[in-house]
Amino acid sequence: MTDAPETYSAKDEVGQVRARRSRRERVWIELRKAPLTAWFGMIVIAFYVFVAVFADVLAPYGEADSSFGAYMPWGDGHVFGTDQIGRDIFSRMIYGARNTMGIAFATTCLAFLIGGGFALMAAISRGWVDQVISRFVDVLMAIPSLIFALMLLSIFGSSIPALIMIIALLDSTRVFRLTRAVAMNVVVMEYVEAAKLRGEGLGWIMRREILPNIMPPLVAEFGLRFSFVFLTIAALSFLGVGIQPPTADWGSMVRDNASLIQFAQYDFKAGLTPLLPAAAIALLTIAVNFVVDWFLMKTSGLKE
Amino acid sequence: MSEDLLLHMKDIVIDGFSDEQWHPIIKGVSLELKRGEVLGLIGESGAGKSTLGLAAMAFGRPGIRLTSGEIWFDGKDLMKISEAERQALRGSRIAYVAQSAAAAFNPAHRLLDQTIEASLAHGVRSAAEAAEDAKSLYAAMDLPDPKNIGFRYPHQVSGGQLQRAMTAMAMSARPDLIIFDEPTTALDVTTQVNVLAAMREAVDRFNTAAIYITHDLAVVAQMADRIKVLRYGEEVEEAETQEMLSNPKEAYTKSLWAVRSIQKPAETSDDYVLEIKNVTAAYGTVPVLHDVSISVPRGKTVAVVGESGSGKSTTARVVTGLLPPKEGAVLFNGTPLPPELKGRSKDQLQRIQMIYQMADTAMNPRHTVREIIGRPVEFYLGLKGRAVDARVSELLHLIELDDSFLDRYPGELSGGQKQRICIARALAAEPEVIICDEVTSALDQVVQEGILKLLMKLQKELGITYIFITHDIATVQAISDEIVVMWMGKVVEQGMKDEIMQPPYPEYTELLLSSVPTMDPGWLKGAVAARKELSIAEQTGEA
Repeated sequence: MTDAPETYSAKDEVGQVRARRSRRERVWIELRKAPLTAWFGMIVIAFYVFVAVFADVLAPYGEADSSFGAYMPWGDGHVFGTDQIGRDIFSRMIYGARNTMGIAFATTCLAFLIGGGFALMAAISRGWVDQVISRFVDVLMAIPSLIFALMLLSIFGSSIPALIMIIALLDSTRVFRLTRAVAMNVVVMEYVEAAKLRGEGLGWIMRREILPNIMPPLVAEFGLRFSFVFLTIAALSFLGVGIQPPTADWGSMVRDNASLIQFAQYDFKAGLTPLLPAAAIALLTIAVNFVVDWFLMKTSGLKE
Repeated sequence: MSEDLLLHMKDIVIDGFSDEQWHPIIKGVSLELKRGEVLGLIGESGAGKSTLGLAAMAFGRPGIRLTSGEIWFDGKDLMKISEAERQALRGSRIAYVAQSAAAAFNPAHRLLDQTIEASLAHGVRSAAEAAEDAKSLYAAMDLPDPKNIGFRYPHQVSGGQLQRAMTAMAMSARPDLIIFDEPTTALDVTTQVNVLAAMREAVDRFNTAAIYITHDLAVVAQMADRIKVLRYGEEVEEAETQEMLSNPKEAYTKSLWAVRSIQKPAETSDDYVLEIKNVTAAYGTVPVLHDVSISVPRGKTVAVVGESGSGKSTTARVVTGLLPPKEGAVLFNGTPLPPELKGRSKDQLQRIQMIYQMADTAMNPRHTVREIIGRPVEFYLGLKGRAVDARVSELLHLIELDDSFLDRYPGELSGGQKQRICIARALAAEPEVIICDEVTSALDQVVQEGILKLLMKLQKELGITYIFITHDIATVQAISDEIVVMWMGKVVEQGMKDEIMQPPYPEYTELLLSSVPTMDPGWLKGAVAARKELSIAEQTGEA
């Protein structure tokens, strides 16, 4: 009645996985099961990226083309009118996508490079290396980041490289905390010990042994961090120390056209103009959050 | 149906959910249990023992559904009654004792409160009565200071005591049926004896029926009146214990019984590849090893035996350089090794390799077999590209697997295959010494045998020296040349296998050897009586 093989063979032992699927198949299966919110988020992000990449083609006028009348109303060749010095709002919205998102993306990448790198180093070395880095990060986190950023920007000037460096540094503290925490769970595994016993260097252990195992929370954090960086840049621009004119950017567009909102009682559409870039920011933030939520739920195995 | 039939499970089919679909786990198994009878459920991991055991109270873990069949308990079909009615039975009429007592107790509550919780919840008796009863149960379970032990928290008692307290907890409501799910698997052999004796006595005294789930045949021989063997969710065979032990019918059952058949004549040599000299080591200020000296002859197997906490694994950490010793030295081929890992050369690292107990955590789950085995090949031997692949394939064949495993991840391998890959990774470095830290204790019997045979074959072909750390005496008997017995951080004795296994023994060795269950159903009584005479048993903290 049994199908027991008479002789034992290691090859015939049954492993855990019955069906093996390629990565693409697995991704597709997950996507099909994704909730509506996640789909909405992904479509919005894809649309933003598309607009950012093809800004030159899509925009009807130049980014800094101020050859039109100031405060022109909606319609008449300018879908959303023009701003205080006669630049086409619609075109600047499109270029703004490229600038704001590009800078935010670069900043987030840099923040992960700095924060993640130091965190892995701290987690693997432990002892005093960990103590020194962690306490330094604590000090940085103790200072309110927006005020700290304002201070640093006024010292180093509001050039785009300075902006990226400063925000990346400030945000890397959060990345550090998360990465160190998840890496701590991995460094105690025996395969890390085995790599140390083999005589592997710090770089190998960081990149090959630990990083692949902590990717899911980091990817989710990347999305969330991107939203925050994006908001910080917009906030700084709104305060006038972020991205400088004539570079189009949604934060400074809100500030430039803020005064229009009081004319809403005369021309409702004109009153909406400063809200357009604000809405663009809000929509992207929400979309990213939807996707991150779904991704976190998938990878952490939480059901609710 | 006869009067005293307590539990009758008919054609049970249970499905488990994985890979987006339902797979059958139990494929139509029937089971009968009379009042006061103990049934042993035996099988390898994945055979469906635990699932079937839990189904006896009509309970399925998440991701599991009871598809069809009838579960008659004391005249009621548990599949038909409501969840609330089933809930009322669980804990009061049917109790469950889990494998890891440490994980099953709530660390924030005292033992007594948890022991009587089920009795109170089901209104079996008042709190005061239940508390008095719990004390007598603790006494029955042979726990020390039964009047006060209930006021301790779970972390304040030992693992063996906790497992006994859990049995007392199951007994509290005087259930008709207790399901024991591998209750002694996590315990040391010396502890296991006491726990088994206490459980056996309690079951006899209260005439409780029990289902005893385990993969250890010798244990089930002590506990069960009848034994049922499961494999792949199907029943292989069922018989009275005595009948099953002396006369198994199916080929599979016979193979289970024959596992401990490996024999190897002990040899030794005076050529020592590794010598541990008077090593004293500590974690921080906590001393772990006291003046440990072990000599390892070249090309032979030295088994290091002892219960958990005896310093076996710490000795391995000193040899590998993970824990620099406070005093003493490790000599490799006559030259002392630098105490710290950082001080050792690549060549020194290459010569001593390690295989871990849990193959799951010893391999990076994100690396393929090709990467796992290939890395030491390219790291130590400096091979590149094709040459690495060729060597990896050679190693795979050496461990009796083939090229189809190259691109699999550890998660796609069975337990035995994973451990084989770990062996291949160690071999890839072309070492002289391999330290095997409990390499077979997480594996099923048949798989264990395969791994041990492989290790012996490799030793014969490649002349590798093993330091084999284990608490399993049967394994030691099978493969060792020399044996080192450790206890509380000291070496009790070292010698040839035949010498150590022959009386007269030092007291601790005798305790250890007498604690290993045998297939004889009468063994437990004799062992308990014998260990009462050993004063050392008091010191193990469990008596």
